[in-house]
Amino acid sequence: MTAVAAPRWKRPAWLGPLLALLVVYAIFAVITPEHSFLRTQNLLTMSRQTVVVAICALGMTLVIVTGGIDLSTGSLVALTTVIVAKLLKGGASPVLAISVALAVAAVVGAVIGTFVGRLRMMPFVVTLGAMTALRGAAKGLASEQKIDCDPRGLDHVLEASLSAPGIWIALALAILVAGLLDYTRFGRHVLAVGSNEAAAKLVGIDAARVKIIVYTLSSLLVGVAGVMEFSTLTVGDPTDSAGLELEVIAAVVIGGAPLAGGEGSIVGSVFGALLMTVIRTGAVHMGMPSWVQEIVTGIIIFVAVAIDRARRAKTRA
Amino acid sequence: MLTLTGTEKSFGPVAVLRGVDLELRRGEVHAVLGENGAGKSTLMRIVLGIEHADRGTMSLDGQPYAPRGTAEARAMGVVMVPQERTLCPQLTVEENVVLGIEPAGPGGLLNRAVARRTARLALDLVAGAGRLPLAVPAGSLGVADQQLVEIARALAQGGAADPAGMRAKVLVLDEPTASLGKDDADRLFERVLALKSAGLAIVLVTHFLGDVRAHADRYTVLRDGKVLGHGDAKTVPPERIVHEMLGRELETARIETGAARTGVTAGETLLEVRGVAGMEKPRAASFVLRRGEILGIAGLVGAGRTELLRVVLGLDRVRAGEVKVTAPRGIGLLSEDRGGEGLMLGRSIGDNIELSKRGGFVVRPGEVRAVGARWIAELAIRASGPEQRAGDLSGGNQQKVQIARLLREDYDVLLVDEPTRGIDVASKAQVLGLLRELAGKGKGVVLVSSQLDELVTTCDRIAVLRRGELGEPRPANQWNEQALLLEAAS
Repeated sequence: MTAVAAPRWKRPAWLGPLLALLVVYAIFAVITPEHSFLRTQNLLTMSRQTVVVAICALGMTLVIVTGGIDLSTGSLVALTTVIVAKLLKGGASPVLAISVALAVAAVVGAVIGTFVGRLRMMPFVVTLGAMTALRGAAKGLASEQKIDCDPRGLDHVLEASLSAPGIWIALALAILVAGLLDYTRFGRHVLAVGSNEAAAKLVGIDAARVKIIVYTLSSLLVGVAGVMEFSTLTVGDPTDSAGLELEVIAAVVIGGAPLAGGEGSIVGSVFGALLMTVIRTGAVHMGMPSWVQEIVTGIIIFVAVAIDRARRAKTRA
Repeated sequence: MLTLTGTEKSFGPVAVLRGVDLELRRGEVHAVLGENGAGKSTLMRIVLGIEHADRGTMSLDGQPYAPRGTAEARAMGVVMVPQERTLCPQLTVEENVVLGIEPAGPGGLLNRAVARRTARLALDLVAGAGRLPLAVPAGSLGVADQQLVEIARALAQGGAADPAGMRAKVLVLDEPTASLGKDDADRLFERVLALKSAGLAIVLVTHFLGDVRAHADRYTVLRDGKVLGHGDAKTVPPERIVHEMLGRELETARIETGAARTGVTAGETLLEVRGVAGMEKPRAASFVLRRGEILGIAGLVGAGRTELLRVVLGLDRVRAGEVKVTAPRGIGLLSEDRGGEGLMLGRSIGDNIELSKRGGFVVRPGEVRAVGARWIAELAIRASGPEQRAGDLSGGNQQKVQIARLLREDYDVLLVDEPTRGIDVASKAQVLGLLRELAGKGKGVVLVSSQLDELVTTCDRIAVLRRGELGEPRPANQWNEQALLLEAAS
């Protein structure tokens, strides 16, 4: 074969978030009293605390890659905990309760996706509506109260322990979704729709169908996160997880996905979620008030996006 | 191979196609010509299944052909490279070429080896063996190379790399050379000829009569939605084709621009550029622009023509040198990228013309309409009214809307970048005549164009930009097309 201009090494998008994560972790590891940050138990606790945001971030990455956004995440998590609790209280088996909750979540996603894809409505507006409506549905279903029930083993799904399945489920899902985005034809189409929708349509890709599948998958993953949340709460709480979506979006943005779409890294988003947990946990270990941790997280978001912009400006020149 | 009979199409009350017949043969390049708004684009959209004809029939290889969308058209062997850029800039070249036809491997995963092979084959077919890399983001390539990638994609979709052979029977190229330099255009036509001898029917929608004569076998001229002429592209004299396109001779338009040129004497200095360099391009540019003159800038694609204008306007940073603006009313730019940054295609003509950094806090809709209506009349813009979306206009009329905005601002200096790209012969003459007229009224114009004949006939002085360095401007009558090309390409 004749000489081809050497392909430039494309720096993986998750490298930056990984470095940030390691640096922040190292800082806290050094400055926390008695090096409490390095203990295995602390690592497990942080992993456990990241699971809900990380699972939501998997789907949110897909949504943001298509150029969309999903504001209904927190409400859907709350609705999921309510459905699971209500069914368990009514005597249903844990498997049935989880199945119904996931099915509801998937249907919610399919409806959002249809509005966004087929009816070409703005994702921001559609999911803003969904956020409000789902929160209302959760409150109605729970009669505006927490639902107490016997968790029947579901409380052990997510624990700060290597034997609890929650952390492993999150890891497995991350690998699956990352594979879906990077190694399948569908993933390519998701990237194409976000990068240049007109081009995607021109080559015969049904952009609306891609979006419907993306929002359905995303909401399904949010349903899984809701089950994890129930495992932590052990009650159905219709007011739970308000504002969770913003934390999830922050994780995705720190992970290197521009809100304009067309790019994104599942692995990066997971590192983004972990980074926020490390900051929060570190602040707690240092005895800092929570407002300090919030300011630091905010600064990290600015810095992540600023570095990304600078890097882009350099490669474009 | 592909036959259209009695094709009719209306958008609302406007009849765009009024009974068009078209016959494509296997192994020919068939040029479809016509002014903007003649119905070429609509006809192609019908062939591709994007629009559906109100009346008329199509047949492909003797079978009835009525695609319901691009996917169906593609499956039956009709593919197209549209005029506008349709690449995904963040995806790699390889990913763009195989987009929509990604080969599946075991377990539904992508088969990257096959994808790479397909992309390589299709790309080598278009660009020459190994000339373009596969692994870089498509957005990092130059415009010309992006165009080649798009053509490679159309061929890949037509099964260029299939062991069973190409499914593609009809390849539609819409203004394929509009953004290409001469070398790239020649290489492109080399490939087109190879594809033609492989048995494809190729439709060439273009404004370049030179390309038609050099590379097409037959031609069909559309005017006002009807076929006004067709014949052998190699033997019919170009004057007759122009006459069929315009319904009149081109020469009158030429003479008008020539006449406007006499009696102009350059006045006070409006703009002085001394040794200016941008971050990448230009590397060194100096010129002085005076009232009443048109300074032409010639150069190949990639020489830094657009970059020079942007630096002069202050849109991009100046690395070295000095831009001294003495024009009291400032500088305006007419962008080469009409749809991208020149116009708000989704907004009305009035909104586009009225858009300004100046003006009061309150915008009165009535006034916007009045401004729009005034300029529509002034520049003879062919539109239903000031409320029509700019995106609905033909290329030439969009260009006039851009010019109207600059005129409304009453800038002293107009930087005009490829004003005639993608517009028809008659509109071209009108736009150039308009520039000449403005210079006559005391404006200073910098005209960047890859149409060398246009520079020679329109400008007072011409400078050649070569690899970022601008040569000394010389009077236009000391230049001819050959001399300009030689200077630019050396």
